[in-house]
Amino acid sequence: MTSFDAIVVGGGHNGLVSAAVLAKSGRMVLVLEAAGNVGGASRTEEFAPGFRVSSIAHLLNRLHPDVVKTLELERLGLQIARSDFVPSVALSTDGPPLVLHGAYGEVLTGASSTGQTAWKDLRAQLLRYTGILKPLLARRPPDLSGMSLIDTASLGQTGLALKKLGKEDMRDFLRVLLMNVSDLLDEQLSDDRLKGLLAFDATLGCHLGPRSPTSLLGLYYRLAGESGGAAGAQILPKGGMGAVVSAIRAAAEKAGVTIRTNTPAAGIIVEKGRAVGVALASGEEIRARTIVSAINPATTVFDLVGPLEIDTGFIRKVKNIRMKGDAAKLNLALDRPPQFAGVDAAGHRGRLVIAPSPDHVERAFNPSKYGEFSPEPVMEITLPSLTDSSLAPDGACVLSAVVQYAPYALREGWTAGRGKFLNVIMAQLETYAPGIGKTVRHAELLTPADIEARYRMPGGHWHHGELQADQMLVSRPVSGWSGYDTPIDGLFLAGAGSHPGGGVSGAPGLNAAKRIIAMKG
Amino acid sequence: MNQQPAIAPSSSRAAAQSHFRTLRPGTPFQPRIDALARTNDWYNWAGYRAPHSLWDEELEYFAIRSQAALFDISPMTKYRVEGPDAEAFLNRVTLRDVTKLRPGRVHYTAWCDDGGFVLDDGTLFRLSPTRFRLCSQERHLPWLLDSAIGLDVAVEEETEAVAGLALQGPTAFAVLRDARFAGVERLRLFDIAEFPHDGDTVIISRTGFTGDLGYELFVPAEHALSLWDRLMLGGELRGIRAIGYTALNRARLEAGLIVANADFTTSGHAVRPNRLRMPDEIGLGFMIDLEKGHFNGRRAIVSARAKKRLRHVLVGLEIEGNIPAEHAMVYYRKSQEVGLVSAAMWSPMAKRNIAIASLARPFGDTIVDDLWVEIYAMRELQYQKLMKRAKVVPRPFIKLDRRTANPPADF
Repeated sequence: MTSFDAIVVGGGHNGLVSAAVLAKSGRMVLVLEAAGNVGGASRTEEFAPGFRVSSIAHLLNRLHPDVVKTLELERLGLQIARSDFVPSVALSTDGPPLVLHGAYGEVLTGASSTGQTAWKDLRAQLLRYTGILKPLLARRPPDLSGMSLIDTASLGQTGLALKKLGKEDMRDFLRVLLMNVSDLLDEQLSDDRLKGLLAFDATLGCHLGPRSPTSLLGLYYRLAGESGGAAGAQILPKGGMGAVVSAIRAAAEKAGVTIRTNTPAAGIIVEKGRAVGVALASGEEIRARTIVSAINPATTVFDLVGPLEIDTGFIRKVKNIRMKGDAAKLNLALDRPPQFAGVDAAGHRGRLVIAPSPDHVERAFNPSKYGEFSPEPVMEITLPSLTDSSLAPDGACVLSAVVQYAPYALREGWTAGRGKFLNVIMAQLETYAPGIGKTVRHAELLTPADIEARYRMPGGHWHHGELQADQMLVSRPVSGWSGYDTPIDGLFLAGAGSHPGGGVSGAPGLNAAKRIIAMKG
Repeated sequence: MNQQPAIAPSSSRAAAQSHFRTLRPGTPFQPRIDALARTNDWYNWAGYRAPHSLWDEELEYFAIRSQAALFDISPMTKYRVEGPDAEAFLNRVTLRDVTKLRPGRVHYTAWCDDGGFVLDDGTLFRLSPTRFRLCSQERHLPWLLDSAIGLDVAVEEETEAVAGLALQGPTAFAVLRDARFAGVERLRLFDIAEFPHDGDTVIISRTGFTGDLGYELFVPAEHALSLWDRLMLGGELRGIRAIGYTALNRARLEAGLIVANADFTTSGHAVRPNRLRMPDEIGLGFMIDLEKGHFNGRRAIVSARAKKRLRHVLVGLEIEGNIPAEHAMVYYRKSQEVGLVSAAMWSPMAKRNIAIASLARPFGDTIVDDLWVEIYAMRELQYQKLMKRAKVVPRPFIKLDRRTANPPADF
């Protein structure tokens, strides 16, 4: 029997990235995946006969360039060209939509000339400020208890970058850092469609409304991602998100990683404060020097390690990680492609956003605070079969939408609420794409409760923990333990619950692997 | 599959620990204590009105050493810990190996936070394989409940529901026997047994905080007064006397025992980071059992030991002369400040001037010679500064054979 140096629990994209990087360093690596296939929430799955869709994540906008480079993903078929960038279309019921072309609106159409100028300035400013945070959102957070020379040097670089902005810009960066996105947009823009889109993007995947303090950070986080070297650029991967994961899997296997699917872990074996192996649900035990948990941090601590091996203070911190998701995923199998009013063919192949104004997004958010879903939800829609016909039968169409706000802890419960929520979503869609309702062959609505059950994401939260100021950087997943290691020697966290956070970036997985290699784990 | 543990709303936690709602309540024994309180010298013990002294603190002290002293320990915080995982829970929370604590036995223990700093010390009573009573100086319900996450164990505060008495002194056994607690002679040091009382049960352990022969009795609050009366009646000819804390505090110092927030600052209270103390720094290192499996603070303690980051040491001092060195500074070579005395007295039993002090290592650890204390003796509105030689000596300062003798002596 092969013996392994490292076992990675969880074959989501971060787990696979971690495994591949560790294997490339010469380690024998085993990946354990509970489901029948790897990819976690980044799979491509059939949801109706002949219809396939990206299960949860459907747009690629932040796969980290270091991941692409380290795993040589381009040679494994993951090519991202500028021509693949898809536009964002801010839909409106009052008139024609607004379209952001290229990498997050390099060109804006549908706006007045003053609107164009204002956007150009704001976009440049947002990217400039994101540039300060971008390195912080890439590498391992500084270890505050004992700063290494590298930590100090890289923090110094951030200070230097800040200084380079110039006095006025530096002051403004600091002024707006923790602002709410709505107030900032009101300072500089007047077009409700554009403001609505930005408000939506800032709050997507978070329990925040555009007027919640710090909501601007969500926009920075989004813009810290890049595709094909362009910040904010997004693509609809051919073959769905599963194809991206396939490339990562291929890289892992090429590096010698062994992958076992349908193999849920039942526990992490700890002896004298050190993780020494994984116990499988089947009763089998596999030992290794290093255990990497690329699943949720709370699941890792409570279900796999158990409280008896961990100090109470740490348990307290993990217990307090907020991770109740607000985003639902809608997959529709349609008889024919829908027609969104005023949108051209290129727009239909892009990202269609229903978030007509910041007020609308804020009103959609309000009920979620009290355990109710939005009566007029906001959403981003893609029609992936228009770019990849293999995803739907001839002439038919797949619609994939991320819909907010669908609070995990719905007061009436999702058994009762699912049908009602689907109805309000369909009513919204009907407003923007008249006639769409009649073409629905099959509808699959994944509420946060479904996402939790199906993808083992507690709270159905995409980021495995709210991505807000208090749960970012040195506080992610919990303060004092943001560097991928844990109080258990030999046990590392490599999932989205760790810094920098969620989205198909591979950054937590890459950083965790680098940390393990640096520690000679 | 909701893997987030249910978080009890703060209101239910507040309700589970509602002691603060009544200001300075009395204990279940208050009617008897009030009747005996001639000095009216009260202090605040964990929110309760408790006596510093009742009639004469000198004579109360000698009641402990020559008769039988009855001291109300009801304000001591008590937790009932029960369930299939109770042993594992306590083994994780506290320093000592709870698997070695047999049902019907008590041990003195302590517990730490993640940083390995002492949260409190106290006694752990194992009443059955799955039921324990944890007694402590401070309140810890939120900490204990958070420590119980994921375990099949119930933790409940029972400070108000359970009344407690310490009966200490050479005639303590005779008092219990005369009060007809049949079989109490079989209790060896740190044993627990149940005895019928007033249609209910009293739990008696051979434990105490005096270094003397003594017992502690726990009874449901509603039977408190009848237990008091039974002891007073049984002890009438054995010199039983009710006492206050000042007397007890002297006895405990002679016994070399430490008091949380007097001899060290608990980590829940310490505001200044250098006031935090690891067990090894307050003489509780003997409790640490690195072989027993994980416990709170283990990682930090192992690391501090390995990196030699233990900065303090708690020692017993014998000081020349007879002036108590209470809160005196400790010097090396009469000039370098190296620590502070936290408790001191002239010991009538040891016939020595004794003290407990915290010193900054290596003083008190590897450097034990040439230590001095500077005593400020107030003499008619003038301080007389006395520089007295101090010698590090082992604790306890007194050892009484009657404390451990079996069967207990019938004085």
